[in-house]
Amino acid sequence: MERTLRWVPLVWPTMLLGIFFAVPFAIMVAVSLFHRQPGGFFEPGFELTHYRRFITPFFLERLGVTIGIAAAAAGAALAIAVPFTYLLTRARRRTQVAWLIVILSVLSLSEVIVGFGWSVLLSRTAGISNLLVALGLLEQPRPWYPSLYGMVTGLVYVTLPYAVLLLYPRFSRFDRQLLEAAETMGASAPRRFVTVFLPVMRPALIAALIMMFVFVLGAYVIPQVLGRSQHWTLAVLITDQALFQSNIPFAAAMAIFLLAVSLVLVWLVVRLTRRRGA
Amino acid sequence: MRRLPALLIFTLVGAFLLAPLVIVAGVSLNGQKRLVFPPREVSLGWYGELATSPAWLLPIGHSLLIAFLSALVAVSIALPVAYYVWRFHSRWARALYGLGISPFILPPVICGLGFLIFWASVGHFGRFENVVLGHGVFLVALPLTTLLLGFEGIGRESMDAAETMGASEWVAFHTVVLPLALPYLISGYAFAFVLSLNEYIIAYMIAGFTVETLPIKIFNSLRYGYTPIMAVVSVLFLLISVAILALVARVSDLTRLMGALEPERK
Repeated sequence: MERTLRWVPLVWPTMLLGIFFAVPFAIMVAVSLFHRQPGGFFEPGFELTHYRRFITPFFLERLGVTIGIAAAAAGAALAIAVPFTYLLTRARRRTQVAWLIVILSVLSLSEVIVGFGWSVLLSRTAGISNLLVALGLLEQPRPWYPSLYGMVTGLVYVTLPYAVLLLYPRFSRFDRQLLEAAETMGASAPRRFVTVFLPVMRPALIAALIMMFVFVLGAYVIPQVLGRSQHWTLAVLITDQALFQSNIPFAAAMAIFLLAVSLVLVWLVVRLTRRRGA
Repeated sequence: MRRLPALLIFTLVGAFLLAPLVIVAGVSLNGQKRLVFPPREVSLGWYGELATSPAWLLPIGHSLLIAFLSALVAVSIALPVAYYVWRFHSRWARALYGLGISPFILPPVICGLGFLIFWASVGHFGRFENVVLGHGVFLVALPLTTLLLGFEGIGRESMDAAETMGASEWVAFHTVVLPLALPYLISGYAFAFVLSLNEYIIAYMIAGFTVETLPIKIFNSLRYGYTPIMAVVSVLFLLISVAILALVARVSDLTRLMGALEPERK
């Protein structure tokens, strides 16, 4: 009796995670195989129609755009995050805490607010181009969005804080003695960073890059606010199919696809970092 | 001289991160409805305007209430799971832990669609409580990681000591463990609260047409053109987030917390 009672506290979490997380996912998998009722919802069935649409040019083009954009944004964010985090972990503790608050605030900022902020920054009437006109670098102010560059800038902005938080624990546990050894042997600071620090951190950097890639795959608002419709990513397409084209089975099939891709990538990260830990 | 590159990088990254926030704060002070920067006829008029426009106050209320309740749901799930993982190495609890972490790592649109289909299937579509549960489950990862970290910081000796003195499991839990883990519980709650407040896509897919949260309201209005109130509410939400995160930094060790938020543990 007492042994059974001991597990009572786990009933609540099991119920909630089961009913409101596991069950919805199971239903979603089932629905991706259901038959679509045009104009309405769906009816039970078993067909691979929705998965077959993956090999149409329509879907492949979206997929290509999504991968390209996610890779570009993740790569750029990593390039900024690596030197920044490296310096951050070497700063004083108080400086670190202050930066972490800024980083966390930006990370938790709604994608909508970020999108809005950048749309103002890139706008003709209030944006950066006015600054360039004032400096005499530009003839007259112009709008810089919607555009591919504007959108990628926005995506780098949301990914950068995530990148810093992914790298921060690894970088702060880095063995300083390696750098000190290099210093006594006469290596300059940039040289120590490139020839000692980066090679040691390589697995962590690749792992972070993959996690960031998955993170950008989820972007939904920024492509719509800052990009053109031809730059819209899979996440936008899924929502559009589910809510506005009422093609829920196809949306579900795409979500399962995105899920599978993300899981494989995360699994890769786990393998990559585990081998290093061993 | 050696510090120059560091200073340069810090300044550039700082400018990049702050630029959209500064400009939003700036345009919120414009006297007229026009979108110009630097602001002209500087005034707090639009802040006053917000106080008297129910169209904006209602979504703010929704967002705050959803964040308050869903963070509670998240903590109520995370507390027993994290405790059982730490105290009993329970296999079931560890499975729940993995399940709880996963939604947060995946693109949120997947969860959003899952929740949408679920509520449509059970015929309980577009309700307020759906969003609370959806956010609660989605954000479990945050209190899970902070709480487990908090428990791991407690020496097992103190738990053993309590037991040898005859304290029951329950007494030991709420007199020894809980007070020690409290900062981590608060941090987990706070992170979940702030993220729920700012979350868009899941809330939108669950009940975007019936329960308008603030991010949904801003996004909807963006399509109809600019109004300075958007900037005002953005500033307001930014201030709330910063205040809560600064509070977390006060009650717990932020550098240690961030060391734990890596996806895998050594």
